[in-house]
Amino acid sequence: MAKEYETVIGLEVHVELATKTKIFCGCSTAFGGAPNTHTCPVCTGMPGTLPVLNKQVVEYAIGVGLATNCTITQYCKFDRKNYFYPDNPQNYQISQLYLPICRNGYVEIEVPEGSKKIGIHEIHMEEDAGKLIHDDWEGCSLVDYNRSGVPLIEIVSEPDMRSAEEVIAYLEKLRMIIQYLGASDCKLQEGSMRADVNLSVREVGAKEFGTRTEMKNLNSFRSIARAIEGERARQIDLIESGEAVIQETRRWDDGKEASYAMRSKEDAQDYRYFPDPDLPPVSISDEWLERIRGSQPEFREEKRKRYKETFDIPDYDIDIITDSKHMADIFEATVALGAQPKKVSNWLMVETLRILKERELDPEDIQFSPKHLAALIDLTDKKVINSTVAKEVFEVMFAEDIDPESYVEEKGLKTVNDEGALRKTVEQVIADNPQSVEDYHNGKEKAIGFLVGQTMKAMQGKADPASVNRLLKELL
Amino acid sequence: MNILDYTATELSEKIKQGEIKVTEAVEAVFERIGIKEEELHCYITLEKDKALARAEQVQRKIDSGELTGPLAGVPFAIKDNLCTEGTLTTCASKILENFVPTYSAEAVRLLEQAGVVILGKTNMDEFAMGSTTETSYYGVTKNPHNTAHVPGGSSGGSAAAVAAGECFAALGSDTGGSIRQPASYCGVVGMKPTYGTVSRYGLIAYGSSLDQIGPLTKDVRDCATILETIASHDSKDSTSMEREGTDFTSALVEDVKGMRIGIPRDYFGEGIDGEVKDKVLNAAKRLEAMGAVVEEFDLSLVEYAIPTYYTIAAAEASSNLERFDGIKYGYRVPGVEDLHPMYKRTRSEGFGPEVKRRIMLGSFVLSSGYYDAYYLKALKVKALIKKAFDEAFARYDCILGPVAPTTAPELGKSLADPIKMYLGDIYTIAVNLAGLPGISIPCGTDSKGLPIGLQLIGDCFQEKKLIQAAYTYEQGGM
Amino acid sequence: MANVIDDATIEYVGILAKLELSEEEKEQAKKDMARMLDYIDKLGELDTEGVEPMSHVFPVRNVFREDVVTNGDDRENILRNAPAEKDGMFVVPQTFEG
Repeated sequence: MAKEYETVIGLEVHVELATKTKIFCGCSTAFGGAPNTHTCPVCTGMPGTLPVLNKQVVEYAIGVGLATNCTITQYCKFDRKNYFYPDNPQNYQISQLYLPICRNGYVEIEVPEGSKKIGIHEIHMEEDAGKLIHDDWEGCSLVDYNRSGVPLIEIVSEPDMRSAEEVIAYLEKLRMIIQYLGASDCKLQEGSMRADVNLSVREVGAKEFGTRTEMKNLNSFRSIARAIEGERARQIDLIESGEAVIQETRRWDDGKEASYAMRSKEDAQDYRYFPDPDLPPVSISDEWLERIRGSQPEFREEKRKRYKETFDIPDYDIDIITDSKHMADIFEATVALGAQPKKVSNWLMVETLRILKERELDPEDIQFSPKHLAALIDLTDKKVINSTVAKEVFEVMFAEDIDPESYVEEKGLKTVNDEGALRKTVEQVIADNPQSVEDYHNGKEKAIGFLVGQTMKAMQGKADPASVNRLLKELL
Repeated sequence: MNILDYTATELSEKIKQGEIKVTEAVEAVFERIGIKEEELHCYITLEKDKALARAEQVQRKIDSGELTGPLAGVPFAIKDNLCTEGTLTTCASKILENFVPTYSAEAVRLLEQAGVVILGKTNMDEFAMGSTTETSYYGVTKNPHNTAHVPGGSSGGSAAAVAAGECFAALGSDTGGSIRQPASYCGVVGMKPTYGTVSRYGLIAYGSSLDQIGPLTKDVRDCATILETIASHDSKDSTSMEREGTDFTSALVEDVKGMRIGIPRDYFGEGIDGEVKDKVLNAAKRLEAMGAVVEEFDLSLVEYAIPTYYTIAAAEASSNLERFDGIKYGYRVPGVEDLHPMYKRTRSEGFGPEVKRRIMLGSFVLSSGYYDAYYLKALKVKALIKKAFDEAFARYDCILGPVAPTTAPELGKSLADPIKMYLGDIYTIAVNLAGLPGISIPCGTDSKGLPIGLQLIGDCFQEKKLIQAAYTYEQGGM
Repeated sequence: MANVIDDATIEYVGILAKLELSEEEKEQAKKDMARMLDYIDKLGELDTEGVEPMSHVFPVRNVFREDVVTNGDDRENILRNAPAEKDGMFVVPQTFEG
């Protein structure tokens, strides 16, 4: 009989914090500048330079720790992690080993059996590395230190997850919490959220954990799910064929859908951590902690509750809208400008989600401003434009955040309210489509739909469909 | 009187009074350099043209009344581990043979703001690792008092340059005695202030928790004046401190009446040269005669300072020197196409034997399985050493002892036995471990005519007591 | 000599420290390191039970910067000392494994 295996997974999640400047110097953290234009002697490891800690990094880290039920280490320190690599300009990374800022937390995820707690072992602050660009023509690599020194928190979970679904639920939960805090945009594709997967398998019922491997370079939920499936299968194959799983770091190749070991004699994995003598310890007073606790934002659960009490929109809509802090912010801001909540929700639930899905975007990528969405709703409320035109305008607004009012004006998209002109067009349509007229008179109610369509087309979409319907019925 | 016979502050006074031009002073120094430098080799880099241009600029600022401070116009030397914008900064290492910083150390910036004229960069032990200036990649420096002997180290070039009149004052750095010991060997004044008093920004790190910048000067007044100029709370150095009592020149007062001075018996035991012992104890007697209350006491833990120091300094150095990898600056071995061989060859060729020795030791004591036994243990002993000093300073205003057990050794006699060389640091390194201020002032010579230094150690932030005692001793005549 | 440093240890430390020693240097390093460790072992004589390791000598805490951008584009200076440069970046031996 085939043995049954259980997958045991722990995650190390790196999140780039949304500070304006790097963790130890005054360089910008903006994404996508020309290479090495966001660098200075400190973040390029020039001789004699010294780090000075960005206070906002500590505040964000505490915020995330509190939101994930962690104990905050009120006396914490930075340690140096020593290893040579060109993206690491000092050849040591300033991180935290001995006294990380947060410990012993958890988040709850929804699983088929109900809710499950995933333990958080620790959260520590550290600096990001630069980027290596491979130049295959010249057979060399190029280093860009723009990202070097961007602040990170690393969230280390307990080995509490048992499937790819749980891993993704955990990541989505973390992402939501961090986005709600405004501590990061958590974009996997841009690397502002990165997950390393520690995975082992064991026979169902076994007490001891199996030997684990660490998988790196996973930059989408899809590759995380695939890598977990692949690694589980690889480890089971090894065990079944009587071979041992080796504790090692493996790199996932998304194109090949396979992982390979990153083994090197030169990579001793002995990081010689020691307290960084250049950085005095951080002492977090009770007052400071309470101040941060007091300024934590409304998280999703509270928001959901408030929406239910305040807005007359379906629970399903509330779930979707509050799933993203950004979308919830747009919703609230638009409503605050006077738009009817149900209408705002409709625009977000139908058109916005459709476009996001079509273009494979996240809710965080929404660029249009609440002011413009409110204006668009106002235009339709006042029947200045009909719903078809409104959808067209919305597409443009989604892409370019145009002001709908001036756009409608410029493009001449206003509904024609000239009864005479409309009547004339309807008469023409009736004259041009005798077959449909006959069908209608023979009881085919649907035929009127065709005639409405023809009228709208003739009016270049700028008619009020209700008026067209009324006139058609009258004239037929 | 020859220009070169003035102290730095005297010279600046003469310049401001219009009696001497800055360029005259700079030219006088370069004339002396022309005569002495070939034999002594105090400098790695000399910047004569820049210095003369700068002299003109400083002169104009003095003439216009923009520069009025006590160091305006003083020709100065800078140890080559302090970054100087636009001037080669090598740390006496091949690995930085071509490194020209685009920024200056904060201490250098403050001196330039005060109107000094930088002449060049002084020789030192490679990355400040050594006690003789013999580990420099750029050749040895000789002791101006006897060229068969070393000038001490690691700030040997700075000390020798001051002693030989190849500058009026110099900056050095002190991680385990690297200012005080060469000052002692060369017969000049050298001071290491309390840790955090002078910004380390731009000082190429050796042992970050121990490194401090300080002056090497002709007398105590110059020392106090320079220290007052370079002391700062710098937002670029997280370990630099916001502190009081940095008006060091206010302590230039001739008075030690009632000052309590402790002499550690442990500093005069085995290993100390008889002549050094006698001269240092004579100095103590002189201070006593001037009204100080002098007594002997047991400091304890003295013999543990060296192993503690070498563990901590080597560990920090192994990490601090990782950035020298041939990628961003400095030497890169040519023609090696793979990454790790490039690192290894670059570093093996770029660093000298003493630096490699300390990097190896430091990497080992931090490595998996040894961290607790060595590094953590050393940090605990450091806490005990600090406590021993705290107890001493509950009873004494300052501690008096020798700077080094002997006078300057002969060239070529020290490097063969590293541990023996390390033992020479016994009286200076505990001061760095405990973050204390220490000053070295001349207290005579041995029978060979080599200078002997007297060390005064103060409690943290109590530099003024040291300056007052040193000044009183100095004014009291030999 | 109480401590003995073997070839494997010297080899390993060489990997950590990224130093490549000649055979002669290795032999010397084995002796030097063993002697230094013997010497450092002297610290074992002291009872440090309950002593807090002192990494910073003064109790300074919470030295922070505010989150304000102070640096602009300084690329020219950053690359000025680079042994090799291309397209505004530092050139290094190829790092991609596979």
